[in-house]
Amino acid sequence: MHSLLTVDGEAMTAGAATGAASVAWLLVALPLLGAAVLLLGGRRTDKAGPLLATGLSWASFVVGVVVLFQLLGQAAEERAHHLTLWSWVPAGSFDLDLGLLVDPLSMAFVLLITFVGSLIHVYSIGYMEHDPDKRRFFAYLNLFVAAMLLLVLADSYLLLFVGWEGVGLASYLLIGFWNWNPAYATAANKAFFVNRVGDLGLSIAIMTMFISFGGVDYATVNEGVAGANQSTLTAIGLLLLVGACGKSAQFPLQSWLGDAMAGPTPVSALIHAATMVTAGVYLVVRSHVIFDAAPDAALAVALVGAVTLLFGAVVGCAKDDIKKALAASTMSQIGYMMLAAGLGPVGYAFAIFHLLTHGFFKAGMFLGAGSVMHGMNDQVDMRRFGGLSGAMKVTWATFALGWLAILGVPPFSGFWSKDKVIEAAFVGEGWQPWVLGGAALVGAGVTAFYMSRLFFMTFQGDKRWTDDVHPHESPLLMTVPMTVLAAGSAFLGLLLAWPFAETAPIVSWLEPVVGEHGEEHPVIAVPLLIALTLAFVAFGIFLAWRQYWQAEVPDVAPRGSVLTRAARVDLYQDAVNEGLFMRPGIHLTRSLVFADARGVDAAAGGTAALVGGFSSRLRRLQTGYARSYALTMLTGVVAVLGALWVIQ
Amino acid sequence: MPAAMPTAFEQVSVDYLAIAPMLVVVAGALVGVLVEAFAPRALRHTIQVALTVATLLVALVVLAVWSRGHLAITLGGSIAIDGVALFLQGTLLALSVIGVLVMAERFGGVGSDAFTPMGASTPGSAQEDAATRAGYATSEAFPLTLFAVLGMMVFVAANDLITMFVGLEVLSLPLYVMTGLARRRRLLSQEAALKYFLLGAFSSAFFLFGAALLYGYAGSSDLSRISSAIQTNGGDLDGLLLPGVVLTLVGLLFKVGAVPFHSWTPDAYQGAPTPVTGFMAACTKLAAFGAILRLTYVGVEANRFDWRIGVVAVAILTMVVGAVLSVTQTDVKRLLAYSSVAHAGFILVGVLAFSQQAIGGVMFYLMAYGATTIAAFAIVTMVRQDGSEASHLSQWAGLGRNHPVVAGAFAFLLLAFAGIPATSGFMAKFVTFAPAVQSGTSGVVMVVVGVLASAVTAFVYVRLIVLMYFTEPVPGVVALTPSVPSTIAITVGVVVTLVAGVAPSWILQLAGNASTFLL
Repeated sequence: MHSLLTVDGEAMTAGAATGAASVAWLLVALPLLGAAVLLLGGRRTDKAGPLLATGLSWASFVVGVVVLFQLLGQAAEERAHHLTLWSWVPAGSFDLDLGLLVDPLSMAFVLLITFVGSLIHVYSIGYMEHDPDKRRFFAYLNLFVAAMLLLVLADSYLLLFVGWEGVGLASYLLIGFWNWNPAYATAANKAFFVNRVGDLGLSIAIMTMFISFGGVDYATVNEGVAGANQSTLTAIGLLLLVGACGKSAQFPLQSWLGDAMAGPTPVSALIHAATMVTAGVYLVVRSHVIFDAAPDAALAVALVGAVTLLFGAVVGCAKDDIKKALAASTMSQIGYMMLAAGLGPVGYAFAIFHLLTHGFFKAGMFLGAGSVMHGMNDQVDMRRFGGLSGAMKVTWATFALGWLAILGVPPFSGFWSKDKVIEAAFVGEGWQPWVLGGAALVGAGVTAFYMSRLFFMTFQGDKRWTDDVHPHESPLLMTVPMTVLAAGSAFLGLLLAWPFAETAPIVSWLEPVVGEHGEEHPVIAVPLLIALTLAFVAFGIFLAWRQYWQAEVPDVAPRGSVLTRAARVDLYQDAVNEGLFMRPGIHLTRSLVFADARGVDAAAGGTAALVGGFSSRLRRLQTGYARSYALTMLTGVVAVLGALWVIQ
Repeated sequence: MPAAMPTAFEQVSVDYLAIAPMLVVVAGALVGVLVEAFAPRALRHTIQVALTVATLLVALVVLAVWSRGHLAITLGGSIAIDGVALFLQGTLLALSVIGVLVMAERFGGVGSDAFTPMGASTPGSAQEDAATRAGYATSEAFPLTLFAVLGMMVFVAANDLITMFVGLEVLSLPLYVMTGLARRRRLLSQEAALKYFLLGAFSSAFFLFGAALLYGYAGSSDLSRISSAIQTNGGDLDGLLLPGVVLTLVGLLFKVGAVPFHSWTPDAYQGAPTPVTGFMAACTKLAAFGAILRLTYVGVEANRFDWRIGVVAVAILTMVVGAVLSVTQTDVKRLLAYSSVAHAGFILVGVLAFSQQAIGGVMFYLMAYGATTIAAFAIVTMVRQDGSEASHLSQWAGLGRNHPVVAGAFAFLLLAFAGIPATSGFMAKFVTFAPAVQSGTSGVVMVVVGVLASAVTAFVYVRLIVLMYFTEPVPGVVALTPSVPSTIAITVGVVVTLVAGVAPSWILQLAGNASTFLL
């Protein structure tokens, strides 16, 4: 079984897995085992379960590191390993092998998922300490890790889809984990439904690939792209984009992410910041052969990214709920990644680079937010925070590192990755660099404003605490993971960009998969661009400093301008959804109900009712009398014979 | 009259190794009758179960070790032991083993097995009460099962119409009796048995009439002679041929429960003791499809363009009616009965493709469906309210809360019926439908109907799964802990369902290699 990844004319062949890569299935199997043990073991595993789950997650990380070292020891072209898990249908009618693909791109994700995931497992031991149902929580976490690893390690779109649905399921279960609260259950359902829209796009894309290329594994698809016609490729690209939008909360399918914050905070950190929501970016980069051949689809990706990064940033400026502000920020940062991924070869590596650094600093900040909530009786309203820097030193320091990183302040991680994305956005001809680059640049300024706002409102300024809170630092189990992630926020970017090397390590690492990114010439000189970005950032910080540190922050949000009010309600996205989809649906339903008094409340229900009605009528033939059964048989015989006679 | 009419009785040559598995089964059945007569009552059940299982296993081993090397048409051309016969007989024996293990279920004590203590007593009479108190058990069911298995084995290997009829009757009569032996709701059970018997007799008459017409046409009841007669006859007797084919097929389609010959299915499935239902659903269907395959592929394939369209109509009708009627069922057993009707339609789609690939696909389907079905009915026997089976759907509400493993296994089996990937159901449909698509327009039409019908049935199964997991449990409904034998049976059923869905290569290859008839 060979898979062929075409890289600028050079062929990179994924050889059969050898060495450590041949046990790459353990990566998925270990956390899956944990989930199975915890879910099937029942109450017996209440005590040891969380520890077991955490241990298995770390074990998966260790396997990932071993595989990483194996890859590092090999020449760049030999770093792709293919591992056939099983041949589902033997060769013949159609052959469907399910396997894993271990290559630099999937390994980058594996390490992020297992490392951040394991840290969050550790954090959760502290965070969920008093939850009576924490066994179930850890089971779902492990299930999530397994599904996410399957998603990135899959060697075909079909298996990717299995993982894709798996993370969706885990996400649904975890958002609604506290489902005794109806609002949380509703949030889970919303995430579920919005994601179905995206999944529909992805599944149609997969079917189209199967019809066009005769297979859905990456190798077959990548080979088939060369011979396919432009419109098919564009269609596939756009459908993939729909899938990516759903999972990654990109415009216009972004509405679920804010509500998803109903889940426990470690979940928000792991799933809705560091890993699952970046699956869309992975999907686009993994399908780069398709997007390279379909520039229109790629442009659509970039535009969606640009729109979302501004959208998220604007929404983030108005949110007073600390988790929702972070969620808006996540949306916006993923917009940066999508933008980079849509730019083609100049952007792929930087999309992944920003994804990795973002995984660290955003997860770190979410954990910080969780720590704040832990100390503040689970309050989330930033207007009642303020001045926490003294009470929670570690949380403050780690959060500050994350804050500096996301702002793109040198030399912290975000600077290296985001700056590269902005530079790449300015590459090109005509209007594109100016629009895309402009959006990225303005976005950086707005990001600086809302993140500083969040940071100042929470940790600086006056104490606006409600009377009953006594902020305290969280236990070590929580602060240690935060510290580790903060270290990543500080140094990971520098390490991966390593400016003293000829090419940045992350670029040369990903090159065998995504192709050479070539010489880039932004329309504005690079040093000027960096200076401009930093100026925007500084201005953003200044505004936030003036308004939220120096000035008094009211306990209750003022009415605000039109834009603020719009941003507070997510720029009316729910209203739009409601107006566009829900209301007409409800009206249609009402008229249908009117038309059919028996009550048809949805298309599915309608079909079911139709079949059911047919069924009840048909059922009357089943009278229970042997004589009528015999008559039915006789009628059948006569009918068949008569018909054949006539035909003959 | 055929020229080669023997003038004196000639002893036919018999390849004993080829038919050895059948001899083993008949011997076991006869010993079983003696056990019933002479063994002390306390030990009878145990002895019968052990004897039956041992007989079936020995027959299976004999088949796998010796008969496999002895492909032959033997017994004067009336029995053909070829790849298809061997695969189906082997599958039949294996399915019977797990079927019998389920029948042996007594939930730890005499008195709660599936069979009435005294079949001849009037329901509700003092005699029945006395028999119950005395702890009688109808262990005759086990030798009866062996006789039925024998009939099925003959059925799938029968190479002439008379032998096929003998097989048909040998398999049917014990089943009629066993259908009437249910411990609970005995009137329903007896009614079901009577209906099954009457309609079975009716269909047998069709079969015999058809066989007579075919004999009249070909001058022989031998399938290969009929085939050559169709190819050589000048057309004088064509008026006999088509009705002959249709009527024999009707007799066989009755046994698989194809519409409009299906009306007995829901009643018999509901009335029969549940383990017997499972056995019937899996093994009768398999045997009857074996006979249909042989009749259509070996016997009357040459004029298939005359009669095929009629069976296509039956297949489409079967899928549609089976799927649609399953929607309004409120009883689990009737639900599974209609599901089995729909499955008969799906399998017919494969049969009508007329290719070697299709034979393998159909055999795979029969194997997969049989294993899933027996396990599913075994689980139905376990779910009880106040001691009797809780077969009404409302009683299954919330089962997943209190019995996650039982409900989980059942849900998995339902997904297999629905044909969800990673279960045997998907793979079976795939290998059965694929040859049909290649066979031409009518094949494509049938597959489209089949896929739509699957979607309808999938709705039914998913609704049941939702019912089990997302509704409040009904107080008093429990899933009894099964004994070791039926735990083994259920486990085997579930594992086969999983393996045949996930790693089917080996079984597919086996079925593919076995998919040739001896002519």
